[in-house]
Amino acid sequence: MKLEINGEKRELPATEATLDEVLATLGIEAHGVAIACNDRVVRRGEFAQQRIAEGDRIEIVRAVAGG
Amino acid sequence: MQSYEDTPLRIGAYEFRSRLIVGTGKYPSMDAMQAAHEASGAEMVTVAIRRIDLGEKGGSLLDYIDRSKMTILPNTAGCFNAREAVATAQLARELLETDLIKLEVIGDTQTLHPDTRETLIAAEQLVADGFTVLPYIGDDPVACAQLEALGCAAVMPLAAPIGSGLGICNPYTIRIIKERAGVPVIVDAGVGTASDAAVAMELGVDALLMNTGIAAAQNPVAMAEAMALATRAGRLAFLSGRMEKRLYANASSPMQGLIGAPTA
Repeated sequence: MKLEINGEKRELPATEATLDEVLATLGIEAHGVAIACNDRVVRRGEFAQQRIAEGDRIEIVRAVAGG
Repeated sequence: MQSYEDTPLRIGAYEFRSRLIVGTGKYPSMDAMQAAHEASGAEMVTVAIRRIDLGEKGGSLLDYIDRSKMTILPNTAGCFNAREAVATAQLARELLETDLIKLEVIGDTQTLHPDTRETLIAAEQLVADGFTVLPYIGDDPVACAQLEALGCAAVMPLAAPIGSGLGICNPYTIRIIKERAGVPVIVDAGVGTASDAAVAMELGVDALLMNTGIAAAQNPVAMAEAMALATRAGRLAFLSGRMEKRLYANASSPMQGLIGAPTA
């Protein structure tokens, strides 16, 4: 399936997946990030339930240095 | 020695003894940042929120912040409209498990002045969503009053452009903002050295937020301590009520009993 992750087009082998599985495929640790799917924040405890489908837009952020 | 016990700084449901809030940006190293944070005595520290690089590995900024001592204040720096700022704030809340947000909606890339209209729109939405909102805003008494009326927990007027170190460019508007505000006034941006911090605090503002003034000093750790001392010195001077200024001299020593004076 085709996804947009942090503004980048990505194609994953699976046709459907949970958010957990998408993170595992991309090698991203869930610790230290927050995620929005189609402009809605996904609570940390819901990564395993959140269904990801063709065309979804996913934002993955972390804390960085700033003032 | 701390002989005078000040009241705590209260922002929404939060209380702080330190009136200096520091940043995490522009430090030469993480070690320097940690040492500067320690030297500053600050109890609140700002962080920014950004997309991860896909495929990146490595440590997190949060590994260098002791959350048992420091409250984290995430910002919406880099946002140019209310929609981006609200989305960033919501992600920050989930990431850092805090309702605190430094609302920053930039209107111009060269001056980094805020977009007042978008800041007001975002503030209203974030307050309604349960955030404790600390907005960065121009030194504009009207905008500050509007933000307070919307339910912001503090107002944070700039004293000079972000990262400029120009000091308190318009002390009169800062004073007017403080006189009228019912929420804490935090000078955010412009403080370049210790005397700027003292000047701002002598105006009566409740706290200072600074990043570059410490981080871009040749010795950030020493400057952090200088800023801590100046913030406290300015605060005490404000609370003390300074003497009135006079145009002419007024001798401190008695004018009677001078040697060589003619006797009556």
